[in-house]
Amino acid sequence: MLKDEDRIFQNLYNDSGADIESAKLRNDWNGTKEILDKGREWIINEVKSSELRGRGGAGFPTGLKWSFAPKEVGSRPHYLVINADESEPGTCKDRDILRFEPHKLIEGCLIASYAVNAHKCYIYIRGEYFNEGQKLQTAIDEAYKNNLIGKNALNSGWDLDIYIHYGAGAYICGEETALLESLEGKKGQPRLKPPFPALIGLYGCPTIINNVETVAAVPTILRRGAKWFSSLGRPKNTGTKIYCISGNVNNPCNVEEEMGIPLKELIETHAGGVVGGWDNLKAVIPGGSSMPMLPKEICDNMKMDFDACVENKTGLGTAGIVVINNDQDIIKCMARIARFYKHESCGQCTPCREGSGWMWRMLERMAAGQATPDEVDMLFDVTKQIEGHTICAFGEGSSWPVQGLIRHFKDEILERNKFDPVVKKQKNIPYLVDQHLLEKENA
Amino acid sequence: MSVKKIHKEQPETFQFNDKSMEAANKIVSNYPNGKQQSAVMALLYIAQRQNDNWIPLQAMKYIAKFLDMPYIKVYEVATFYSMYNLSPVGKYFFQVCTTTPCMLRGAYDLVKVCKNKISEKENVLSDDGKISWMEVECLGACVNAPMMQVNEDYYEDLNDKKLEEIIETIYQNKNPKPGSYSGRINAEPVNNRKTLLGNKNA
Repeated sequence: MLKDEDRIFQNLYNDSGADIESAKLRNDWNGTKEILDKGREWIINEVKSSELRGRGGAGFPTGLKWSFAPKEVGSRPHYLVINADESEPGTCKDRDILRFEPHKLIEGCLIASYAVNAHKCYIYIRGEYFNEGQKLQTAIDEAYKNNLIGKNALNSGWDLDIYIHYGAGAYICGEETALLESLEGKKGQPRLKPPFPALIGLYGCPTIINNVETVAAVPTILRRGAKWFSSLGRPKNTGTKIYCISGNVNNPCNVEEEMGIPLKELIETHAGGVVGGWDNLKAVIPGGSSMPMLPKEICDNMKMDFDACVENKTGLGTAGIVVINNDQDIIKCMARIARFYKHESCGQCTPCREGSGWMWRMLERMAAGQATPDEVDMLFDVTKQIEGHTICAFGEGSSWPVQGLIRHFKDEILERNKFDPVVKKQKNIPYLVDQHLLEKENA
Repeated sequence: MSVKKIHKEQPETFQFNDKSMEAANKIVSNYPNGKQQSAVMALLYIAQRQNDNWIPLQAMKYIAKFLDMPYIKVYEVATFYSMYNLSPVGKYFFQVCTTTPCMLRGAYDLVKVCKNKISEKENVLSDDGKISWMEVECLGACVNAPMMQVNEDYYEDLNDKKLEEIIETIYQNKNPKPGSYSGRINAEPVNNRKTLLGNKNA
């Protein structure tokens, strides 16, 4: 287990309060000016060598992202945008940072905006987190009052203004370009990339977008050194991470742990174990609902970091762990996730808009045992038609979990769906398959 | 994308009162000159708050003028995002999360209670006109499942009994207390905390 002193978010459970006095006791704002004095180059290199990867789901190296911002400010100002549109089912880590560690986030904003040459920072919070946003606003006001941000922040010569922008209940706005559209006062529909936001982002200006947890971790990393951070976890998967453990466990909770902690240890130690014991485990969704679920056999020995998850054909995502035990109907669980995606598709790309509904309806029928056996393959085909054929990663996010279900629990679906009234022989009808692919083998 | 029904009976005029106007001007100043359109989401919230938690068409037209943008652009935003209510909702607007993490811990028991105690159908006012309810997608408090949002507050770690109590409290003209209903603080593991113990005892 990670030592308490190595935990970044000391106030995760709000033992001591989120105000500035308590935050300073936790070492926030300690030596921030000295960090800024070391210069952009040093900050970016230190973040690079800490191997911090973005905590918002994609796991992109943060230092590298910052280095994409133009070195000199041209005619267009730079912006820093913080993504606090936390809506991934199973994830609730940013909420606790906004509520209980707002000063870590604000300090991180100051350092990050200095590193990427931005004088304005927008924090995009999902609309449902209204109270959390108010708490953050209180902390921002405190920071202004103490000259920690604002004009000539900390007497460093750097100006920074931080504004909160509330979303309004659209999951897709967690996608960075949809978030920018929403910030500009439009529908949250993702943009084509390239151009990437680092060059053409908010109002057409260079924009760096980071997750709350990423930015909030930066001040501690710079204070304690990249060496300390990279000594935790393993190479390329360094540091600590807040895991959210929900579902059929005895004590659902948020907990900060070292990267690469075994999944079983995480669930047994911190969440009080699976309801009904480890043997009653059916499946685990390791990284929020977009990531494919894993059956018990894999969970037995799985480690929780980016690369270990990819090895097992899933992803760490946001580290929102949803535990499902044998008392649950696994197909129904997946059907509900599919309904979520159907509801949240922004409607811009046809494969996603239509496909998410198809997947949901087919899964509902499969849960009820009303599908024919060959529909299982058809469903898999539908997921393959969505994946990779949309502007943003929502297509992958909605189809991967269905693929995960079919990959690991196909027998169970077939067991339930024996109904075969019309189709006597399995016919190879190319409903969906691109015609030109049929000539190729395995198309 | 959610389907939104525009209310049949619309007020003929709408304009910001002084308090709303002050808030609106402050929001607009957060954005660069000429980019006032960014404030449209916040202004819709302000209109919604002023107008008993729903947005009439006249308010959208008013905001369009206020921000110097086409009316249809405001309409697009108001219909795209699910948190803008285009029809009246109860004074207490129950939003019950039923996405998988909540479902695993009994969110549909809560839905059953809502059907019995408030109204058979979603978005229909209760008999005394105080409460309406609807199912929503993940509200981002998954380790406190099952949970719901009433107006701006989260009610966490619920079960059917506790939800019935909350509804009864409202029917008795009292405000129920937000937060966790299992007695725990925030997102710590109940009776099983193994981390940051030094802070807890401090």
